[in-house]
Amino acid sequence: MTAPKQTLEEILDLAAAHFKVPREKLTPDEDFFKTLGIDSLQALDLLTRLEHHFRIELPDYELQGVSDFRTLAERIQARL
Amino acid sequence: MESFRGQALSWELKDGVVELALHRAPCNEIGSLTLDELEQFVTVLDGLESVAHALIIYSEVKAGFCAGADLRELYRRSQEMERKDAAKGVRDYLERIHRVLNTIDASPLTTIAAVHGVTFGGGFELALVCDLIIADKMARFCFPELRLGLIPGFGGIPRLKRDLGNAVVRDLLLTGRSFNATKLQQVGLVSQVVAEGEAIRVARATSAQLGKFDRQTAIAAKRFIKPIPYEELKEEIDIFCELFVQPAVEAGLRKFAESEDAQPYLP
Repeated sequence: MTAPKQTLEEILDLAAAHFKVPREKLTPDEDFFKTLGIDSLQALDLLTRLEHHFRIELPDYELQGVSDFRTLAERIQARL
Repeated sequence: MESFRGQALSWELKDGVVELALHRAPCNEIGSLTLDELEQFVTVLDGLESVAHALIIYSEVKAGFCAGADLRELYRRSQEMERKDAAKGVRDYLERIHRVLNTIDASPLTTIAAVHGVTFGGGFELALVCDLIIADKMARFCFPELRLGLIPGFGGIPRLKRDLGNAVVRDLLLTGRSFNATKLQQVGLVSQVVAEGEAIRVARATSAQLGKFDRQTAIAAKRFIKPIPYEELKEEIDIFCELFVQPAVEAGLRKFAESEDAQPYLP
């Protein structure tokens, strides 16, 4: 089982690397659509990368209304 | 004619393989323009079958293979018509797309969908007519129609039923959730999952291998193992048209059409 804090850190690392945003600019409680500058299609791309990274299935309806990394990490943690 | 360059798609014949490339931004939405060019393509497909052994369908658009029907055009056109005319218009549109997809489905060529990114709704249905689906690991598949009060209308349900167990079909349709390529390989729908950007290369390598086999044997094998569910396909059009005139659909389409997001029903 990956610890919650580690899950959050791995999400932030992955998002920063893929969307080419400085890691220090990403904080757990900010709106990642705004911080990363992504639309719904890019959010879907992020979802697929997270599924591969954590080797989980994460139905997109679980992410409806989720826009901060902390809640995203909680949703992922619940499937690890 | 060995090549064609249209506004929504292009095709060319090379080394016995027909490559059909989709290239309409933002994500190859299938509206009247794409449908017109697909109809032109299937008209010449007959002639290509004597000089080719395989067909690859792929996308040159970065966002993905195809996001499905052009819902904004569908909504706009339905608003310009009387209710009964709109219902007839959507039936005509579905019957035209079914003729195209049924022709590709029944083609004696061995057909491969090389997909990446968004493969949604009608885009997923286009992939389903092919004999093999080769998917980039970042491809994502979904039937979001129920979110709009509809069912898939391009032959998706009968073809899913042909290829998959009913429980998986129910999951795809009734939840409307999207599946990644690995999941769809696990359930038996995707033939190969490949690294990012490699789907078209692997499809070409697969097509080269197919060219080594006796054509008549390959044609006989395909005809034997891949029945076309014509009756269910007609039934699907009827159900879609009945649902299309319901008020919930108009509301769903309006919400979609008025949003500036590419796929407003996504997270």
